[in-house]
Amino acid sequence: MIALIPLFPLLGFAINASMGRRLPKTISGGLASLAMLASFAVSVLVVWQVAHLAPAQRVIEQTLYTWIASGDFNLDLTLRVDPLSSVMILVITGIGSLIHIYSTAYMHEEVDREFARYFSYLNLFAFFMLALVLGANFLVLFVGWEGVGLCSYLLIGFWFEKKTAADAGKKAFVVNRIGDYAFILGTLLIFVRFQTLDFQRIASAVAPLGVEGTFGTLSVATLLLVIGATGKSAQIPLYVWLPDAMEGPTPVSALIHAATMVTAGVYMIGRNAVLFSHAPKTMIIVATIGAVTALFAGTIGLVQNDIKRVLAYSTVSQLGYMFLAMGVGAFGAGIFHLYTHAFFKACLFLGSGAVIHALHGEQDIRNMGGLKAGLPITYWTFLLASLAIAGVPGLAGFFSKDEILFETFAYGHTILWTVGILTSLLTATYMFRLVFLTFHGERRHDAPAPQHPEEEETPAPSHHAPAHHSGHLHDAPAAMALALVLLAAGSVVAGYVGIPGALGGHNALGSWLAPSFSARGATTLADRAVGEVGEPEAGAAGAEAGSGTELSLMVVSSLVALAGIGIAAFIWLKRREIADKAATTFPGLYKLLLNKYYVDEVYDATVVQPIRIVSTEGLWQGIDVHVIDGAVNGTASIVDGSSSLLRRLQTGSVRAYAGSLLIGVVLILGYYLWR
Amino acid sequence: MIPLGHYLVVSAVLFSIGTAGVFLRRNLITILLSIEIMLNAVNLSFVAFGRAQGNVDGQIITFFVMTVAAAEAAVGLAIVIGLFRHRESLNPDAFTLLKW
Repeated sequence: MIALIPLFPLLGFAINASMGRRLPKTISGGLASLAMLASFAVSVLVVWQVAHLAPAQRVIEQTLYTWIASGDFNLDLTLRVDPLSSVMILVITGIGSLIHIYSTAYMHEEVDREFARYFSYLNLFAFFMLALVLGANFLVLFVGWEGVGLCSYLLIGFWFEKKTAADAGKKAFVVNRIGDYAFILGTLLIFVRFQTLDFQRIASAVAPLGVEGTFGTLSVATLLLVIGATGKSAQIPLYVWLPDAMEGPTPVSALIHAATMVTAGVYMIGRNAVLFSHAPKTMIIVATIGAVTALFAGTIGLVQNDIKRVLAYSTVSQLGYMFLAMGVGAFGAGIFHLYTHAFFKACLFLGSGAVIHALHGEQDIRNMGGLKAGLPITYWTFLLASLAIAGVPGLAGFFSKDEILFETFAYGHTILWTVGILTSLLTATYMFRLVFLTFHGERRHDAPAPQHPEEEETPAPSHHAPAHHSGHLHDAPAAMALALVLLAAGSVVAGYVGIPGALGGHNALGSWLAPSFSARGATTLADRAVGEVGEPEAGAAGAEAGSGTELSLMVVSSLVALAGIGIAAFIWLKRREIADKAATTFPGLYKLLLNKYYVDEVYDATVVQPIRIVSTEGLWQGIDVHVIDGAVNGTASIVDGSSSLLRRLQTGSVRAYAGSLLIGVVLILGYYLWR
Repeated sequence: MIPLGHYLVVSAVLFSIGTAGVFLRRNLITILLSIEIMLNAVNLSFVAFGRAQGNVDGQIITFFVMTVAAAEAAVGLAIVIGLFRHRESLNPDAFTLLKW
């Protein structure tokens, strides 16, 4: 039953990859969407089964076969659905289905062959992502982990004729490789320490151990895993690939680079919650990385001019929130934010896709504006999702973000909390800057695009038809509108599964997830620390003592969100010259932000160029040409030289040969006769 | 009765004459004839040994050698004719194409 969930997308991939070029668009796209919907239906059934078990036993396993049996090491290909993975599969298949349906309209301008290629990649991605979250041990997770990386590469570089797209795909792949290398090392270290790769067995093996105060095996192993997670989930220092990943088709950005794949790192930490909570040194690093990334990416998002890049930095920033939650031990809150973020960020990306679609490839928000009237569905869904991400009370982002901030505060990380609140302000500001510049004010589309030499974006990708007469705009077609409306509805209501205790709810999602974050059948010190995450009433930080604080914190963050929207409204609706004035007053700061803190340039100078120089000058020109090729060519010239001496023996004179034969026979016979 | 040693001396003399012919003559046909002489020298010693031992093995192997020699002569002469058509020469020193 569980195996069917990843199997449907795999089937869709197989069909589209093998004969998609001969299928018309309706069939190849419909098939891919149908595969995702079937997978979603099975997921719902499976989760339904899981929900009917007692909370402590909510696990369904299916062992497909024994993958590796070597000596006393046994590794099964096992799929496991527990509360954590059930949330993940619902998000992946549910939002995945919507994005598939959206794509059938968005990619319609592609030729049949490319269209089928796109959908085969998308289905393959869904397969690997499901394998990632369903895998019951590190190796199955790793297969999914690498697989989604591959699909990400393929889809970023989908328009590979464009050099920037091909380069962006390569960059994503290489940067992820760095993280994956650390991830493998971490996995191996865990195997050496615990002799198993199964998540549950690792958790039960770790649970009785004491919390590691110093940098021991657990800390090093978890730290290596975190480096892997920073690659996949686009955190400092390995976040640089995600903004460039926006070269891919917009639905891909929505599915892979916002809703699902980039959350794999967060999921992986949640999956190993017991392990991580035994390594407090790692945890504080995770929290710091998360908070710093959130703030850092938020500031960059404030000045970017490409609609998708703003959203990309926003994604990095929100992923930072999730890392922050994981780092302070609020695993439930992190997964909650992952889940709500999937809705509103997918909605935002798809909305931006609808805008780009309507404007025939225009991505620069300076050339937009006033689209509200022409694109009502897009506008309203985009607005709802922006309100949700900004954390306006009552919408999805409010509940999850507040839970993270509250838990951060409750665990005593005041500085990190301050950073989080500041980021919250930035989030509201840059999101509404985007909304106002895109949808409000005057139409600037007809005006010639301002030439900014520092901008490297290439508007109007080749796949889009050259701009028609831009007088009338087409709002999203039915398939796109359906996805937008459903995701916008999700952005509104998704938060209500986790209403915190302070508002009279009982955090249903938190208590649903809690069993996944503790070792089965073991109660230990660390368990209690983990347990209080999901159930506020059980922990010291929970219920009675906390609800007052939580309420006041909620008020603070709501005010901050509203303030952010207000700032954005004031600057970009009323007094646009303030923004320009600010940019001219602090040209250094503005350029710094616009150029993304020059991180790409710094990486280029400190990592890429040295490696390139060492590779070209040292490894290629030195070792390869001289040592390796030298050895090969040297052997050849030695043989050549000695042969040129020896070949003089071959005179071609038959009698000379016969003579040497005779001499040989006489010598040999003589030896045996006179021995 | 002629002792075995006499036969062997005649055989060795014939073999040396054949060998000398192979090395010294510059005509391919003569060389082929010299090879026949060498073969027959060996045949003679086989027959002599067979007779000294009192069995027919030497004669049997001699028949084999004669058969093979006949085939060899046929093939060898055919090759010589082929070579002559190419080079208008029977001098073995003219055929050095396989030299480096």
